[in-house]
Amino acid sequence: MTDHQSTILDGRAMDRTLRRMADEIVELNDGTDDLIIVGIQRRGVQLAARIVSSINEREGVDVPNGALDITLYRDDLQTVGPRPVVGPTNLPWAIDGKCVVIVDDVLYTGRTVRAALDELADFGRARRIALAVLIDRGGRELPIQPDVVGKTVKLASGGRVDVMVKELDDRDAVTMTGAEGK
Amino acid sequence: MSTPALLLRGGRLVDPSQGLNEIGDLLIVNGLIEGSGHLGEIRRDGALETIDCAGQVVSPGFVDVHCHLREPGREAVETIVTGARAAAAGGFTAVCAMPNTDPVTDNQAAVGFIIRQAQRAGAARVYPIGAISIGQMGQTLAEFGEMVGAGAVAVSDDGKPVVSAQLMRTALEYARTFGIPVADHCEEPTLAANGAMNEGIISARLGLRGIPAEAEEIMAIRDILLARLTGGHIHLCHMSTKGSVELIRWGKDRHINVTAEVCPHHLSLTEEAVEGYDTNAKMNPPLRTAADVAALQEAVKDGTIDVIATDHAPHHYDEKEREFADAPNGIVGLETALAVNLTWLVHRGVIDVPMLVERMACAPARIFKLPGGTLRRGSVADVTVFDPDAPWTVDPARFRSKGRNTPYAGHTLRGLVGLTVVEGRVIHRREQ
Amino acid sequence: MTASESLGKDLLGLEHLSSDQIRLILDTAEPFKEISERAIKKVPTLRGSTIVNLFFEASTRTRISFEFAEKRLSADSVNVASTGSSVSKGETLVDTARNLEAMRIDMVVIRHGASGAAQFLAERIESNVINAGDGTHEHPTQGLLDMLTLRDRFKRLAGLRVCICGDVLHSRVARSNIWGLQKMGAEVAVCGPRSLLPNAIAEFGVTVFERIEDAIQWADALNILRLQLERMQGGYIPSLREYNRVFGVSRERLERAPKDILILHPGPMNRGVEIDSDVADGPHSVILNQVTNGVAVRMAVLYLLAGGRPELAEAAKGGGAR
Repeated sequence: MTDHQSTILDGRAMDRTLRRMADEIVELNDGTDDLIIVGIQRRGVQLAARIVSSINEREGVDVPNGALDITLYRDDLQTVGPRPVVGPTNLPWAIDGKCVVIVDDVLYTGRTVRAALDELADFGRARRIALAVLIDRGGRELPIQPDVVGKTVKLASGGRVDVMVKELDDRDAVTMTGAEGK
Repeated sequence: MSTPALLLRGGRLVDPSQGLNEIGDLLIVNGLIEGSGHLGEIRRDGALETIDCAGQVVSPGFVDVHCHLREPGREAVETIVTGARAAAAGGFTAVCAMPNTDPVTDNQAAVGFIIRQAQRAGAARVYPIGAISIGQMGQTLAEFGEMVGAGAVAVSDDGKPVVSAQLMRTALEYARTFGIPVADHCEEPTLAANGAMNEGIISARLGLRGIPAEAEEIMAIRDILLARLTGGHIHLCHMSTKGSVELIRWGKDRHINVTAEVCPHHLSLTEEAVEGYDTNAKMNPPLRTAADVAALQEAVKDGTIDVIATDHAPHHYDEKEREFADAPNGIVGLETALAVNLTWLVHRGVIDVPMLVERMACAPARIFKLPGGTLRRGSVADVTVFDPDAPWTVDPARFRSKGRNTPYAGHTLRGLVGLTVVEGRVIHRREQ
Repeated sequence: MTASESLGKDLLGLEHLSSDQIRLILDTAEPFKEISERAIKKVPTLRGSTIVNLFFEASTRTRISFEFAEKRLSADSVNVASTGSSVSKGETLVDTARNLEAMRIDMVVIRHGASGAAQFLAERIESNVINAGDGTHEHPTQGLLDMLTLRDRFKRLAGLRVCICGDVLHSRVARSNIWGLQKMGAEVAVCGPRSLLPNAIAEFGVTVFERIEDAIQWADALNILRLQLERMQGGYIPSLREYNRVFGVSRERLERAPKDILILHPGPMNRGVEIDSDVADGPHSVILNQVTNGVAVRMAVLYLLAGGRPELAEAAKGGGAR
C-alpha cells in the first residue's frame, strides 16, 4: 500500500475552524468568566493564541492565555532517548476555581492530554478542565475525549497528521499521510 | 662443573667491550667464554649443546642496576625468586636490588639474606644495594664496609632522596674506601611534596599536583658538586629531565666522578600518558615532556647518560586501582625494557644495537664493577640472545613478575629475548 | 522533537564537552527555572530513579542544591557522606563503586577530594555519574550555573570578558569556568598572586592580570573565588589581611571601573578577604541568582543524563507517535 499525502485543511479552512472552535468554547463555558485557555507546546500554543484573539475580538474581553510543556510529565521518558527538548511553561495565574481549556493540535492516544491533566493538577484545582483539539484522529489508548473538535479524521495507526502554523512553519495547513482507518 | 658446554651458532655477536659486531659462534665451557668467531666444527669430549642463533643478536647479558624486588616485606607483590625470573625473561643476567624493603637492607645480615634467596632462585644474579642511612631515615650512615663484605655492590636510599647535603657528602667520602658508587634518587622534597606528575599544562588541566623538573635538577647538581668536593662516585638514578642532562654533561666535562642512568619509560613516554588519570603512568620521577624525552635519548646516544636501568617497581594489582593522587608510584620494567628500548631507540634510528648493548650490559657492569658485560675469552659466560625485530604485544598476564602494572599493556613492541645464559647455564629460553 | 546532541553517560567536566552540549544544558535549564517558582515545586520526570549523592568532602550548598534538583524531579535520593559510612573505615573507591552497582542505582553524584575520582567511578559503573567537584580538577555544574547567570544578565556569552579572581591553582571552579566560557566564545582572564596560579596558566589561553585594578578596568564580570584559609598555612600567601589589601574586591576599586561589573562568587564567601561585604551585597552582585540557577542547572543535567534506555524504547515502540 503506498502512502499518499492529502490536505485536510488549508489556511482559510483552518482559520474558519478555529473561529468556530472559539465560539464553541465560549458556549461551553457560558461566557468568558473565569476562562483560561492553555496551549500545549508546541503547536497547541499557537492555536490557543488564535482562539484567544478570536474570543477577545468577538467578546471584547481579555482572556488569559497560558502555555504548558508536558515533556516532564510524559509517561515514556524512561524509554525515549535522546531526551526531548523541554519548552517553556507559562501559567502565571492561579487556576483554582477557574475553567481551564486545554488546546492541542492533534488528539491521538490521549497520553499528552493525560500528562497535561497531571501537570495542571500540580498548579491547582480548576473548577473544570475542558479539551479543545483541532484534529481528532482516533486511536485512543486512554479514556479521554475532547469537548471541542475542529475536524475528525479516520487514520490507521501507521499514518500521521501534520499541523502547520504560520508562526513556526511559514503556512497554515493540516495534512495527513497514510491509509484511512476504521 | 656439570653444566654441558654450549655452542651458540651463527648469531650476530655484538660486544662493544671489544668492538665486536659480526656473525659468528660463541662457545661456552665450564661457565666461561671459551671462544668466539667462526669456530667451525667443534670436537670435544663430554656433552655439547648447540643452539642455532641465526637472525639473532648474541650479546653480553644485560645488567639492571636499579630494580625493586620487594622481598623482604612485600612478598605478595614480588619476591627475589619471581623478580630474578622476570629478569631472566627480560634478558637480564644480573640485577641490583634496591634496599627500600621492609626491613630496609641496611646491614650485612639483610644483604646476606638477599644473596641466599637469589642463589635459591637459580635465575638472574641478584646483587644487593645497601642503604646509605640506617632505615633510610637520612640520619645515621649505615655500615658500608660490612654490607660490601656481605655482597653489596653499591649504596642508595632510593625511594627517598638524601635530604641532608652533609650526609651525602659523608657517604660519598666514606664509600671511596670500598670503591662503590653512591646512587641517589634526586628529588628536592619540599618542591616535590605531594606531587603526582610532571608540573606543566597537563597537571594544571587535570588538577594534579605537579613535580617541577627543578626538584630533580637541584639535587642532581648538588650531588655533582658534592662528588667534585669529595672525589666520590655519584651515580644519579633515573634521570628524567633535559636540565639534568645538561648538568651531568657539565659535570662530566669537568671530569667529576658522576655516572647516570635513565629508565626505558622516560625514553619513550611523555606526561600525556597520564591523561585519563591512568595510574600505570604514575611514577617517580614522573613522565616528562617530549623535549625531555628527546634530550634523554640524545644523552643515551652521546654517553652523557651511561646506563639504561629499569626501576622495576611492581605493585599489587589493586594498589594501582584507585584515585591517581593516592596510587603508588612505579611500573614493572624487567620484561619490557629491551623491547621498549629497541622500539623507541633502535628502530627509530636514535642508536644502533651495539650502543644499546653498551648501555644495557657493558656500561652497567663496568660502573658497578660486576662480572659480565663482555664476551671476552675467559670471562664469565653471562650472555643474552635476542631477536631485535620480532614484534609482540604486551600482555601483562604473561609476565613472570608478580607485578602487572605497566603503561605498555596492549602496545606492540619489537624485540624478543630468545635465550638468557648465566655462567654457562640457560636460565631462560623463549617458548616456541 | 529530540535534543540535537546528547550528553553521553556522565558529566565529568566541561573541558571535553562541545559548545553545542553546553548550550543544550543551559537551554534546558531555562524551563526548569519556572518549576522552582510553582506552588508545587515538583514534576514526576525522574519518578522511580534512584540517585546516590556520594560526598567524600563536606559541602553543604552543593549537596543541598543537588538534593533539591533531585527531589523536584521526583527522584529517590540517598545521601552518603564520608563521616559515619564505610568510606571513613578505609573502604576504597573501587569497593564503594561495586557496592553501589550491586544496589542497582541509576545515578551517582560524587564529590571527592581527589582529582579524577569522578572519572574513576564513571569508568567502573554503568550508572550515570555527575561530578560535583573532584579535587582541583573540575566542578562542571558550578561552571554551568555561573554561565547561566552571566547569560541571564548579558543575554550572551560570546565576547563577554570574565575575569576569575583568586586561587586558580587549587580551584576546580576556575577550571570549569575557563573551559566552559572559552567554548562559548567568552574572553577569560585570571587575576591573583602568582603563587596561586598554575605555572602553566598562559597555556590555558587566558589573559593574566597581576593586579586586581587592571582586571577591573578590563572585565564585564568578576568571578571571585573563595580563598581557602589553608592556603595561608600552606605558605602560598603571607596573610589574609595582605591578600585583602592587594587582591580583595572592594567598592572603592569597583568604583574606578569604566562600567558596572557583574560580581559572581561560588560561595561560601570569606567576607573581608577576597570580597568586601558591600560588594557581595551590592547592586551588581548576582551571587544569590547563582544559587537559584544552581538548582535549575542541576535539574537540567539530571534530566538530560537520566533515562533513555533503548531496550525499553523498543518495547514501547508505536506508542508516542501522533
